[in-house]
Amino acid sequence: MKPPRFDYAAPRTLGEAVSLLQQHEGEAKLLSGGQSLVPLLNMRLARPAILVDLAKVDGLDHVREQDDGLAIGAMTRQRTVELSPVVKARHPMLHAAMLHIAHPQNRNQGTVGGSLAHADPAAELPALALTLDAEMRAFGPSGERTIGAADFFVTYLTTALEPTEILVETRFPTLPARTGWSVMEVARRHGDFALAGAMSTVTLDDQGRCASARLVLFGVGATAVRARKAEQLLAGERPDAALLERAGRAAAEEIDEPLTDVHASAEYRRDLAGVLGRRALAEAAARAA
Amino acid sequence: MSSTRRIALTVNDQPYEAEVEPRLTLVDLLRGELGLTGTHVGCEHGVCGACTVLWNGRAVRSCIMLAVQADGGTIRTVEGLAREGTLHPIQQAFLEEHGLQCGFCTPGFLMSITELLERSPDPTDEEIKDTLGGQICRCTGYQQIVAAVRSAAAKLRAGAGAGGYG
Repeated sequence: MKPPRFDYAAPRTLGEAVSLLQQHEGEAKLLSGGQSLVPLLNMRLARPAILVDLAKVDGLDHVREQDDGLAIGAMTRQRTVELSPVVKARHPMLHAAMLHIAHPQNRNQGTVGGSLAHADPAAELPALALTLDAEMRAFGPSGERTIGAADFFVTYLTTALEPTEILVETRFPTLPARTGWSVMEVARRHGDFALAGAMSTVTLDDQGRCASARLVLFGVGATAVRARKAEQLLAGERPDAALLERAGRAAAEEIDEPLTDVHASAEYRRDLAGVLGRRALAEAAARAA
Repeated sequence: MSSTRRIALTVNDQPYEAEVEPRLTLVDLLRGELGLTGTHVGCEHGVCGACTVLWNGRAVRSCIMLAVQADGGTIRTVEGLAREGTLHPIQQAFLEEHGLQCGFCTPGFLMSITELLERSPDPTDEEIKDTLGGQICRCTGYQQIVAAVRSAAAKLRAGAGAGGYG
Protein backbone atom coordinates (compact mmCIF):
# COMPACT_ATOMS: atom_id res chain seq x y z
CA MET A 1 0.00 0.00 0.00
CA LYS A 2 2.11 2.86 -1.32
CA PRO A 3 1.10 6.25 -2.71
CA PRO A 4 0.85 6.72 -6.48
CA ARG A 5 3.39 9.06 -8.10
CA PHE A 6 2.88 12.77 -7.59
CA ASP A 7 4.92 15.92 -7.89
CA TYR A 8 5.79 17.95 -4.82
CA ALA A 9 6.42 21.60 -4.03
CA ALA A 10 7.29 23.28 -0.75
CA PRO A 11 6.71 27.01 -1.34
CA ARG A 12 8.08 29.61 1.09
CA THR A 13 5.25 32.12 0.79
CA LEU A 14 1.47 32.11 0.53
CA GLY A 15 1.75 33.92 -2.80
CA GLU A 16 3.88 31.11 -4.25
CA ALA A 17 1.51 28.51 -2.84
CA VAL A 18 -1.51 30.19 -4.46
CA SER A 19 0.36 30.45 -7.79
CA LEU A 20 1.02 26.72 -7.66
CA LEU A 21 -2.67 26.06 -6.96
CA GLN A 22 -3.63 28.29 -9.92
CA GLN A 23 -1.10 26.62 -12.19
CA HIS A 24 -2.41 23.15 -11.34
CA GLU A 25 -6.03 24.05 -10.70
CA GLY A 26 -8.06 21.00 -9.78
CA GLU A 27 -5.02 18.71 -9.79
CA ALA A 28 -3.16 20.02 -6.74
CA LYS A 29 -3.76 19.16 -3.09
CA LEU A 30 -2.49 21.16 -0.14
CA LEU A 31 -0.49 19.12 2.37
CA SER A 32 -0.49 20.21 6.01
CA GLY A 33 -0.10 17.48 8.66
CA GLY A 34 -1.14 14.71 6.29
CA GLN A 35 -3.01 12.66 8.89
CA SER A 36 -5.98 12.28 6.54
CA LEU A 37 -4.34 12.95 3.17
CA VAL A 38 -1.39 10.54 3.41
CA PRO A 39 -3.58 7.54 4.37
CA LEU A 40 -5.80 8.45 1.39
CA LEU A 41 -2.68 8.53 -0.81
CA ASN A 42 -1.45 5.21 0.61
CA MET A 43 -4.81 3.64 -0.19
CA ARG A 44 -4.77 5.40 -3.57
CA LEU A 45 -8.16 6.94 -2.88
CA ALA A 46 -6.59 10.33 -3.66
CA ARG A 47 -4.47 10.83 -6.79
CA PRO A 48 -3.37 14.46 -6.97
CA ALA A 49 -0.87 15.46 -9.66
CA ILE A 50 1.01 17.62 -7.17
CA LEU A 51 1.18 18.15 -3.43
CA VAL A 52 1.75 21.72 -2.26
CA ASP A 53 3.27 21.40 1.22
CA LEU A 54 2.57 24.37 3.51
CA ALA A 55 5.21 23.37 6.08
CA LYS A 56 7.79 25.91 4.91
CA VAL A 57 5.42 28.87 4.59
CA ASP A 58 6.12 31.32 7.42
CA GLY A 59 3.43 32.77 9.62
CA LEU A 60 0.98 29.88 9.78
CA ASP A 61 2.04 28.37 13.13
CA HIS A 62 0.82 30.39 16.11
CA VAL A 63 -1.69 30.72 18.93
CA ARG A 64 -2.43 34.43 19.24
CA GLU A 65 -4.44 35.96 22.09
CA GLN A 66 -7.13 38.44 21.18
CA ASP A 67 -9.57 40.35 23.38
CA ASP A 68 -12.40 37.88 22.96
CA GLY A 69 -10.84 34.99 21.15
CA LEU A 70 -7.80 32.98 20.12
CA ALA A 71 -6.45 33.16 16.59
CA ILE A 72 -4.76 29.94 15.56
CA GLY A 73 -2.56 29.61 12.49
CA ALA A 74 -3.59 26.91 10.04
CA MET A 75 -0.34 24.92 10.37
CA THR A 76 -0.42 24.89 14.17
CA ARG A 77 -0.25 21.27 15.29
CA GLN A 78 -3.27 20.06 17.24
CA ARG A 79 -0.90 18.89 19.96
CA THR A 80 0.57 22.40 20.27
CA VAL A 81 -2.92 23.71 20.94
CA GLU A 82 -3.61 20.89 23.42
CA LEU A 83 -0.40 21.58 25.37
CA SER A 84 -0.67 25.40 25.21
CA PRO A 85 -1.06 26.94 28.70
CA VAL A 86 -2.74 29.93 27.04
CA VAL A 87 -5.40 27.70 25.46
CA LYS A 88 -5.93 25.76 28.68
CA ALA A 89 -6.42 28.96 30.68
CA ARG A 90 -8.42 31.00 28.19
CA HIS A 91 -10.33 28.35 26.29
CA PRO A 92 -10.87 25.10 28.23
CA MET A 93 -13.44 23.97 25.65
CA LEU A 94 -10.90 24.20 22.84
CA HIS A 95 -8.39 22.29 24.99
CA ALA A 96 -10.97 19.58 25.76
CA ALA A 97 -11.95 19.18 22.11
CA MET A 98 -8.29 18.54 21.16
CA LEU A 99 -8.11 15.54 23.51
CA HIS A 100 -10.81 13.77 21.48
CA ILE A 101 -8.91 14.03 18.19
CA ALA A 102 -7.44 10.63 17.30
CA HIS A 103 -4.31 9.86 19.38
CA PRO A 104 -1.44 12.05 20.65
CA GLN A 105 0.73 10.50 17.93
CA ASN A 106 -1.66 11.91 15.29
CA ARG A 107 -2.15 15.25 17.02
CA ASN A 108 1.64 15.73 17.03
CA GLN A 109 1.49 15.93 13.25
CA GLY A 110 -2.10 16.88 12.44
CA THR A 111 -2.89 20.58 12.12
CA VAL A 112 -5.85 22.75 13.09
CA GLY A 113 -6.25 24.15 9.57
CA GLY A 114 -5.86 20.75 7.94
CA SER A 115 -8.69 19.23 9.92
CA LEU A 116 -10.99 22.21 9.27
CA ALA A 117 -10.26 22.24 5.54
CA HIS A 118 -10.66 18.45 5.29
CA ALA A 119 -14.14 18.85 6.82
CA ASP A 120 -14.77 15.29 7.94
CA PRO A 121 -18.33 15.23 9.33
CA ALA A 122 -17.24 13.17 12.34
CA ALA A 123 -14.23 15.37 13.18
CA GLU A 124 -14.07 17.54 16.28
CA LEU A 125 -12.61 20.79 14.93
CA PRO A 126 -15.38 21.50 12.38
CA ALA A 127 -18.02 20.81 15.07
CA LEU A 128 -16.20 23.09 17.49
CA ALA A 129 -15.92 25.83 14.86
CA LEU A 130 -19.67 25.64 14.25
CA THR A 131 -20.45 25.66 17.98
CA LEU A 132 -18.32 28.76 18.59
CA ASP A 133 -19.08 30.62 15.34
CA ALA A 134 -15.39 30.53 14.53
CA GLU A 135 -14.12 32.63 11.63
CA MET A 136 -11.84 31.25 8.96
CA ARG A 137 -9.39 33.56 7.23
CA ALA A 138 -8.59 32.43 3.69
CA PHE A 139 -5.93 33.72 1.29
CA GLY A 140 -6.45 33.49 -2.45
CA PRO A 141 -5.60 35.10 -5.80
CA SER A 142 -7.63 38.23 -4.96
CA GLY A 143 -6.38 38.59 -1.39
CA GLU A 144 -7.97 37.68 1.90
CA ARG A 145 -11.51 37.02 2.99
CA THR A 146 -13.13 35.79 6.17
CA ILE A 147 -15.68 32.99 6.15
CA GLY A 148 -17.93 32.25 9.12
CA ALA A 149 -18.21 28.63 10.26
CA ALA A 150 -21.92 28.54 9.34
CA ASP A 151 -20.97 29.14 5.68
CA PHE A 152 -17.63 27.30 5.67
CA PHE A 153 -18.75 23.66 5.88
CA VAL A 154 -20.72 22.90 2.73
CA THR A 155 -21.10 19.14 2.70
CA TYR A 156 -19.14 15.92 3.18
CA LEU A 157 -15.39 16.76 2.88
CA THR A 158 -16.30 20.03 1.13
CA THR A 159 -15.80 23.60 2.32
CA ALA A 160 -16.47 27.06 0.90
CA LEU A 161 -12.77 27.41 0.06
CA GLU A 162 -12.09 27.88 -3.65
CA PRO A 163 -9.60 25.43 -5.21
CA THR A 164 -7.06 28.28 -5.29
CA GLU A 165 -7.66 29.48 -1.70
CA ILE A 166 -5.72 28.54 1.40
CA LEU A 167 -7.05 28.57 4.96
CA VAL A 168 -4.47 30.60 6.90
CA GLU A 169 -5.96 31.25 10.33
CA THR A 170 -9.02 30.46 12.43
CA ARG A 171 -10.38 32.69 15.14
CA PHE A 172 -12.10 30.82 17.95
CA PRO A 173 -14.16 33.21 20.11
CA THR A 174 -13.69 32.66 23.85
CA LEU A 175 -16.83 32.08 25.92
CA PRO A 176 -18.64 35.04 27.53
CA ALA A 177 -19.41 35.22 31.27
CA ARG A 178 -21.93 32.78 32.83
CA THR A 179 -21.36 30.41 29.93
CA GLY A 180 -20.69 26.70 30.28
CA TRP A 181 -19.54 24.23 27.64
CA SER A 182 -19.51 20.55 26.87
CA VAL A 183 -17.69 18.27 24.43
CA MET A 184 -18.89 14.66 24.27
CA GLU A 185 -18.58 11.78 21.87
CA VAL A 186 -18.93 8.04 21.69
CA ALA A 187 -16.46 5.92 19.74
CA ARG A 188 -15.96 2.15 19.81
CA ARG A 189 -12.34 2.64 20.85
CA HIS A 190 -10.73 5.74 22.30
CA GLY A 191 -9.23 7.71 19.43
CA ASP A 192 -11.55 6.37 16.73
CA PHE A 193 -13.78 8.71 14.80
CA ALA A 194 -16.96 9.37 16.77
CA LEU A 195 -20.05 7.30 15.98
CA ALA A 196 -21.79 10.48 17.11
CA GLY A 197 -20.80 13.49 19.15
CA ALA A 198 -22.27 16.64 20.66
CA MET A 199 -20.86 20.04 21.57
CA SER A 200 -22.75 22.65 23.47
CA THR A 201 -22.49 26.08 25.05
CA VAL A 202 -25.14 27.44 27.42
CA THR A 203 -25.32 30.99 28.81
CA LEU A 204 -27.50 31.44 31.89
CA ASP A 205 -29.03 34.75 33.02
CA ASP A 206 -28.97 35.82 36.67
CA GLN A 207 -32.26 33.95 37.22
CA GLY A 208 -30.70 30.68 36.06
CA ARG A 209 -32.59 30.68 32.77
CA CYS A 210 -31.00 30.01 29.38
CA ALA A 211 -30.10 33.33 27.80
CA SER A 212 -28.77 31.30 24.88
CA ALA A 213 -28.02 27.69 24.10
CA ARG A 214 -26.06 26.18 21.26
CA LEU A 215 -26.07 22.49 20.41
CA VAL A 216 -24.05 20.98 17.57
CA LEU A 217 -24.18 17.29 16.65
CA PHE A 218 -21.46 15.62 14.59
CA GLY A 219 -20.90 12.27 12.95
CA VAL A 220 -24.58 12.13 12.06
CA GLY A 221 -24.76 13.82 8.65
CA ALA A 222 -22.80 15.32 5.77
CA THR A 223 -21.48 18.06 8.06
CA ALA A 224 -21.73 18.87 11.75
CA VAL A 225 -25.22 20.35 12.31
CA ARG A 226 -26.89 22.70 14.74
CA ALA A 227 -29.90 21.25 16.56
CA ARG A 228 -31.96 24.43 16.29
CA LYS A 229 -35.21 23.03 17.65
CA ALA A 230 -33.46 21.85 20.78
CA GLU A 231 -31.76 25.25 21.13
CA GLN A 232 -35.15 27.02 20.81
CA LEU A 233 -36.76 24.80 23.42
CA LEU A 234 -34.23 26.02 25.98
CA ALA A 235 -34.41 29.73 25.16
CA GLY A 236 -35.60 31.68 28.18
CA GLU A 237 -36.23 28.51 30.19
CA ARG A 238 -34.68 26.86 33.21
CA PRO A 239 -32.71 23.81 31.99
CA ASP A 240 -34.33 21.24 34.29
CA ALA A 241 -34.25 17.50 33.68
CA ALA A 242 -37.65 17.34 31.95
CA LEU A 243 -36.78 20.15 29.53
CA LEU A 244 -33.37 18.65 28.75
CA GLU A 245 -35.04 15.32 28.03
CA ARG A 246 -37.38 17.04 25.55
CA ALA A 247 -34.47 18.94 23.99
CA GLY A 248 -32.50 15.72 23.49
CA ARG A 249 -35.47 14.07 21.81
CA ALA A 250 -36.01 17.12 19.61
CA ALA A 251 -32.35 17.04 18.57
CA ALA A 252 -32.56 13.34 17.65
CA GLU A 253 -35.68 13.97 15.56
CA GLU A 254 -34.50 17.04 13.70
CA ILE A 255 -31.30 15.64 12.17
CA ASP A 256 -31.42 14.21 8.64
CA GLU A 257 -31.02 10.49 8.14
CA PRO A 258 -27.60 9.61 9.62
CA LEU A 259 -25.19 7.28 7.89
CA THR A 260 -25.48 3.50 8.27
CA ASP A 261 -22.12 1.78 8.00
CA VAL A 262 -20.13 -1.08 9.47
CA HIS A 263 -19.71 0.86 12.74
CA ALA A 264 -23.33 1.73 13.50
CA SER A 265 -26.82 1.89 12.02
CA ALA A 266 -28.60 5.16 11.27
CA GLU A 267 -31.11 4.34 14.00
CA TYR A 268 -28.37 3.82 16.57
CA ARG A 269 -26.63 7.06 15.57
CA ARG A 270 -29.89 9.02 15.84
CA ASP A 271 -30.60 7.64 19.30
CA LEU A 272 -27.03 8.28 20.41
CA ALA A 273 -27.16 11.86 19.09
CA GLY A 274 -30.24 12.52 21.22
CA VAL A 275 -28.67 11.10 24.37
CA LEU A 276 -25.39 12.95 23.85
CA GLY A 277 -27.29 16.15 22.98
CA ARG A 278 -29.20 15.98 26.25
CA ARG A 279 -26.06 15.23 28.28
CA ALA A 280 -24.02 17.95 26.58
CA LEU A 281 -26.70 20.59 27.24
CA ALA A 282 -26.94 19.43 30.86
CA GLU A 283 -23.17 19.57 31.36
CA ALA A 284 -22.88 23.00 29.71
CA ALA A 285 -25.75 24.36 31.86
CA ALA A 286 -24.15 22.92 35.02
CA ARG A 287 -20.82 24.54 34.15
CA ALA A 288 -22.55 27.87 33.51
CA ALA A 289 -24.21 27.94 36.91
CA MET B 1 6.63 14.49 -13.42
CA SER B 2 7.54 13.19 -10.01
CA SER B 3 11.17 14.20 -10.04
CA THR B 4 13.20 13.30 -7.00
CA ARG B 5 14.04 15.67 -4.16
CA ARG B 6 17.21 15.99 -2.13
CA ILE B 7 16.50 16.02 1.58
CA ALA B 8 18.72 16.35 4.63
CA LEU B 9 17.77 15.10 8.06
CA THR B 10 19.31 13.89 11.28
CA VAL B 11 18.54 10.34 12.35
CA ASN B 12 19.74 9.14 15.76
CA ASP B 13 22.31 11.97 15.86
CA GLN B 14 23.70 11.06 12.42
CA PRO B 15 23.28 13.48 9.51
CA TYR B 16 21.82 11.91 6.37
CA GLU B 17 21.17 13.14 2.88
CA ALA B 18 18.99 11.27 0.47
CA GLU B 19 17.51 11.67 -3.00
CA VAL B 20 13.89 10.61 -2.66
CA GLU B 21 10.71 10.38 -4.66
CA PRO B 22 8.07 12.64 -3.08
CA ARG B 23 5.82 9.62 -2.57
CA LEU B 24 8.35 7.79 -0.37
CA THR B 25 7.06 7.53 3.19
CA LEU B 26 9.38 8.24 6.10
CA VAL B 27 9.22 4.63 7.29
CA ASP B 28 10.29 3.37 3.87
CA LEU B 29 13.17 5.86 3.87
CA LEU B 30 14.29 4.63 7.30
CA ARG B 31 13.98 0.94 6.49
CA GLY B 32 14.71 0.78 2.78
CA GLU B 33 17.25 3.55 2.23
CA LEU B 34 18.93 3.92 5.63
CA GLY B 35 18.73 0.26 6.66
CA LEU B 36 17.10 1.08 10.01
CA THR B 37 14.70 -1.85 10.09
CA GLY B 38 13.93 -1.58 13.79
CA THR B 39 10.94 0.61 12.92
CA HIS B 40 8.17 -1.69 11.76
CA VAL B 41 5.50 -1.24 9.09
CA GLY B 42 2.06 -2.39 10.14
CA CYS B 43 -1.19 -0.95 8.85
CA GLU B 44 0.24 1.76 6.61
CA HIS B 45 -2.62 4.12 7.38
CA GLY B 46 -1.68 5.55 10.75
CA VAL B 47 -3.76 3.36 13.03
CA CYS B 48 -1.59 0.61 14.56
CA GLY B 49 1.41 2.67 15.71
CA ALA B 50 4.09 0.07 14.88
CA CYS B 51 5.96 2.66 12.79
CA THR B 52 6.01 5.38 15.47
CA VAL B 53 9.24 7.41 15.59
CA LEU B 54 10.16 10.72 17.19
CA TRP B 55 10.14 13.70 14.84
CA ASN B 56 11.64 16.80 16.49
CA GLY B 57 10.95 15.13 19.83
CA ARG B 58 7.35 14.21 19.11
CA ALA B 59 5.95 10.75 18.45
CA VAL B 60 4.52 10.49 14.93
CA ARG B 61 3.42 7.77 12.49
CA SER B 62 6.22 7.37 9.97
CA CYS B 63 3.90 5.46 7.57
CA ILE B 64 1.70 8.53 7.05
CA MET B 65 4.51 11.04 6.94
CA LEU B 66 6.35 11.59 3.68
CA ALA B 67 10.13 11.55 3.76
CA VAL B 68 10.11 15.03 2.15
CA GLN B 69 8.14 16.29 5.18
CA ALA B 70 11.05 15.28 7.40
CA ASP B 71 13.49 17.48 5.44
CA GLY B 72 15.49 19.54 7.95
CA GLY B 73 14.09 17.61 10.89
CA THR B 74 15.48 15.38 13.61
CA ILE B 75 14.33 11.76 13.79
CA ARG B 76 14.87 9.27 16.57
CA THR B 77 14.15 5.58 16.08
CA VAL B 78 14.36 2.51 18.31
CA GLU B 79 17.99 2.02 17.17
CA GLY B 80 18.86 5.25 18.98
CA LEU B 81 17.67 4.09 22.40
CA ALA B 82 20.34 1.65 23.61
CA ARG B 83 23.81 3.11 24.29
CA GLU B 84 26.95 1.04 23.82
CA GLY B 85 25.18 -2.23 24.42
CA THR B 86 23.23 -1.01 27.44
CA LEU B 87 19.47 -1.01 27.06
CA HIS B 88 17.61 2.24 27.56
CA PRO B 89 15.71 2.23 30.89
CA ILE B 90 12.41 1.94 28.98
CA GLN B 91 13.71 -1.12 27.12
CA GLN B 92 15.04 -2.57 30.39
CA ALA B 93 11.64 -2.04 32.02
CA PHE B 94 9.88 -3.79 29.10
CA LEU B 95 12.25 -6.74 29.59
CA GLU B 96 11.70 -6.93 33.34
CA GLU B 97 7.93 -6.40 33.28
CA HIS B 98 7.28 -8.66 30.27
CA GLY B 99 6.00 -5.69 28.26
CA LEU B 100 6.29 -7.63 25.03
CA GLN B 101 5.71 -11.06 23.57
CA CYS B 102 6.11 -11.20 19.79
CA GLY B 103 7.76 -7.78 19.73
CA PHE B 104 6.29 -6.50 16.48
CA CYS B 105 4.62 -3.47 18.07
CA THR B 106 7.40 -2.83 20.60
CA PRO B 107 9.55 -0.28 18.71
CA GLY B 108 6.51 1.98 18.30
CA PHE B 109 5.55 1.62 21.96
CA LEU B 110 9.11 2.45 23.05
CA MET B 111 9.19 5.65 21.02
CA SER B 112 5.75 6.85 22.16
CA ILE B 113 6.74 6.17 25.77
CA THR B 114 10.03 8.01 25.24
CA GLU B 115 8.10 11.14 24.28
CA LEU B 116 5.72 10.71 27.22
CA LEU B 117 8.46 10.36 29.83
CA GLU B 118 10.59 13.16 28.42
CA ARG B 119 7.63 15.51 28.72
CA SER B 120 6.09 14.07 31.86
CA PRO B 121 8.61 12.24 34.12
CA ASP B 122 5.91 11.14 36.57
CA PRO B 123 2.88 10.56 34.35
CA THR B 124 -0.66 10.06 35.62
CA ASP B 125 -2.58 6.89 34.72
CA GLU B 126 -4.63 9.04 32.35
CA GLU B 127 -1.50 10.25 30.52
CA ILE B 128 -0.13 6.70 30.27
CA LYS B 129 -3.39 5.37 28.84
CA ASP B 130 -3.71 8.31 26.44
CA THR B 131 -0.23 7.54 25.08
CA LEU B 132 -0.64 3.75 24.92
CA GLY B 133 -4.08 4.15 23.33
CA GLY B 134 -2.30 5.19 20.16
CA GLN B 135 -0.37 1.91 19.95
CA ILE B 136 -1.89 -1.50 19.21
CA CYS B 137 -0.50 -4.64 20.90
CA ARG B 138 -2.27 -7.94 20.31
CA CYS B 139 -0.13 -10.06 22.67
CA THR B 140 0.21 -8.56 26.10
CA GLY B 141 -3.19 -7.18 27.02
CA TYR B 142 -1.39 -3.92 27.91
CA GLN B 143 -1.23 -4.44 31.69
CA GLN B 144 2.46 -5.35 31.64
CA ILE B 145 3.14 -2.43 29.33
CA VAL B 146 1.50 -0.04 31.80
CA ALA B 147 3.66 -1.62 34.53
CA ALA B 148 6.73 -1.16 32.32
CA VAL B 149 5.94 2.54 31.83
CA ARG B 150 5.66 3.06 35.58
CA SER B 151 8.89 1.15 36.19
CA ALA B 152 10.72 3.03 33.44
CA ALA B 153 9.53 6.36 34.81
CA ALA B 154 10.91 5.44 38.25
CA LYS B 155 14.24 4.30 36.74
CA LEU B 156 14.58 7.50 34.74
CA ARG B 157 13.75 9.71 37.72
CA ALA B 158 16.22 7.83 39.93
CA GLY B 159 19.01 7.89 37.36
CA ALA B 160 18.42 11.33 35.95
CA GLY B 161 22.05 12.37 36.58
CA ALA B 162 23.48 9.51 34.51
CA GLY B 163 20.89 9.82 31.78
CA GLY B 164 19.06 6.90 33.34
CA TYR B 165 21.14 4.19 31.66
CA GLY B 166 22.38 1.03 33.37
